[in-house]
Amino acid sequence: MIDIRPPIKATNMKKHHALQHLLKRLQKQPKTLAPFVSLLLILSVTALITPGFLEIKFVNGHLYGSLIDILHRGTPTALVALGMAVVIGTRGIDLSVGAVIAISGAVTAVLTVNTDWPVWIVIACALGSGLVCGLWNGLLVSIFNIQPIVATLILMVAGRGIAQMITEGQIVTFHSTALNAIGNEFFLAFPIRVWIALGMIILTIVVMRKTSLGLFIEAVGANVRASRLVGIEARLLVLSAYIFSGFCAALSGIIIAADIRGADANNAGLWLELDAILAVVLAGASLAGGRIYLGLTIIGVLIIQTLTTAILTSGLPVQYNLVVKATIILAVLLIQSPTTRQWLSKRFQSKRRQNPKKGQNSTSSQNHGRADQ
Amino acid sequence: MIDRSIRQHLSWFDTLKQHLLTTVLCVALPVCSVSASAESLTIGFSQIGSESGWRTSETESIKAEAERRGYNLKFSDAQQKQENQIKAVRSFIAQGVDGILLAPVVETGWDQVLKEAKRAHIPVVLVDRGVDANPDLYLTKVASDFREEGALAASWLAAKTNGKCNIVELQGTVGSSAAIDRKAGFDAVISNFPNMKIIRSQSGDFTRAGGKEVMESFLKAESNPKKDICALFSHNDDMALGAILAMKEAGIKPSKDILVVSIDGVPDIFKAMMDGESNATIELNPHLGAPAFDAILAYRAGKTVPKWIKANGPLYLPDTAAAEYNKRK
Repeated sequence: MIDIRPPIKATNMKKHHALQHLLKRLQKQPKTLAPFVSLLLILSVTALITPGFLEIKFVNGHLYGSLIDILHRGTPTALVALGMAVVIGTRGIDLSVGAVIAISGAVTAVLTVNTDWPVWIVIACALGSGLVCGLWNGLLVSIFNIQPIVATLILMVAGRGIAQMITEGQIVTFHSTALNAIGNEFFLAFPIRVWIALGMIILTIVVMRKTSLGLFIEAVGANVRASRLVGIEARLLVLSAYIFSGFCAALSGIIIAADIRGADANNAGLWLELDAILAVVLAGASLAGGRIYLGLTIIGVLIIQTLTTAILTSGLPVQYNLVVKATIILAVLLIQSPTTRQWLSKRFQSKRRQNPKKGQNSTSSQNHGRADQ
Repeated sequence: MIDRSIRQHLSWFDTLKQHLLTTVLCVALPVCSVSASAESLTIGFSQIGSESGWRTSETESIKAEAERRGYNLKFSDAQQKQENQIKAVRSFIAQGVDGILLAPVVETGWDQVLKEAKRAHIPVVLVDRGVDANPDLYLTKVASDFREEGALAASWLAAKTNGKCNIVELQGTVGSSAAIDRKAGFDAVISNFPNMKIIRSQSGDFTRAGGKEVMESFLKAESNPKKDICALFSHNDDMALGAILAMKEAGIKPSKDILVVSIDGVPDIFKAMMDGESNATIELNPHLGAPAFDAILAYRAGKTVPKWIKANGPLYLPDTAAAEYNKRK
């Protein structure tokens, strides 16, 4: 049989080889690698568009640059996504986190302005409001068996109203050195809020993975009945997952309020629940429960935040912001889709079958081509 | 049905009677306009709701103006729902009020109820927003002109910088009329100055957090922000307040290193001007009661009323900020 295809250059061959290698690895460990690859791709494309995007300077004893901004801005979403991941693990969803952010921010601001209480009590009250909200959601889901999307929708709608009642519809501004530090100051070159988030992330991962709690939560998400039969207290676990999510959202709310030194009941954390759900899904979790990746969820958050910051620094006309963001997210999701991966690997395998020497010995393939000419 | 038409006739009759009375008074008394303002009117006011501080102060201002004039104001809060507003307007018509103030929550869907008011000879004054309907159906619109606000901000900036300035712009929510028109008005003025240009423009969604995040990215994108950026034009005060925080955190002195001009006149921006962190704000005038009531009086006196009464607020500078802040607190 005569091969009539044109000769393939050696460099091309190498590229194909590298790509194949990557695809193989993606196939083997798709869940862990895909979010990292997406993040690196987005970062490198942004660096090409906006020179100096990856630059980090040392200003006034702390790090300064767009990358630090991404960490700084991503903190609230990361905290919310952490709680969301645990809830999604139990086959639930928490739509109320944005409203809980508004409530905890409102509590922080109103208590700071209207009382002389020390800041740690104010923070404790705000966190407490989050725990109560989480308890409410958890009771509706685990005791009354209301479907999570509807149960949390109630607080999503009512919560912002509660926050508006607390602030009386105004943006309440406050001055507190401690809260300001949480919102904007640095410790060991990094923003304090990033350290707080990092602490929460590590703590959650350790508790979830070094104890059997994570396993139990995923078991409940995968099959409630089976997990009950083996003696897992499913109701309590689901309840605590929502309480944890409420706590994370409240912490995020304190940070958001501290950031602008005021509580904006109408806008604080608006649509953040959607970003959090997206981050959890980008990490490879299943919304059907039973499968979550905490560390990768944080990478998912960084992907979303990198996109936001990149679009803002790129000088793109505002009308295009949302479409560009959505297109890139779609591309990331497509990369992760099993169908796309199967299709890609099939294409490569069929190519290899047609030309078995290709990719093994570049010189012989070149000779082959020349002989045909 | 019959009941309603009788009532409409009656109210029309009432109007005629009052017209005659006013005419008689005008003939009898040498100063006509004074006597007109002395009569006590019953006015219905359908407000959207109380979603922002600005709207609350608009409501309070209109209530205070009605009280000052001795009018009987029937107030209805629609809680952001058009059907509530339509209900309120219908009940005002049924009560045979002398005039209706309407702050429409959306632009469309008003034709029918406006026709009913027209049939009952009750003048409707739109406040702070317009509607998409035949202008014959309402008396007038009392609202500020967003284009003029943008133009005023640009004119102030041009005068302040002798027409030489690199501007960064914080836009409002994409597609909102306030964002589109404020930008258009601003652009129209700076296009006359070859050395004034907008170097960066992004949306901060009219929020403090949005303004802060976008300003941070602007500052990172310039190699030497203190020198490269001469002024910030923000479509509202809240975004400017967020941007001021971002500048301070980056070690830049707002209002000194980078000029700050914004629109709305919320109390906190006056506080910022007192602290020397902002340069100017243009008030979005919430005192729409007086021009709206005057329009109704003019209608009753048989005068023609323009279809858009522009109620633009003034530009405030730091020198009067303390007094204005105390007024608004």
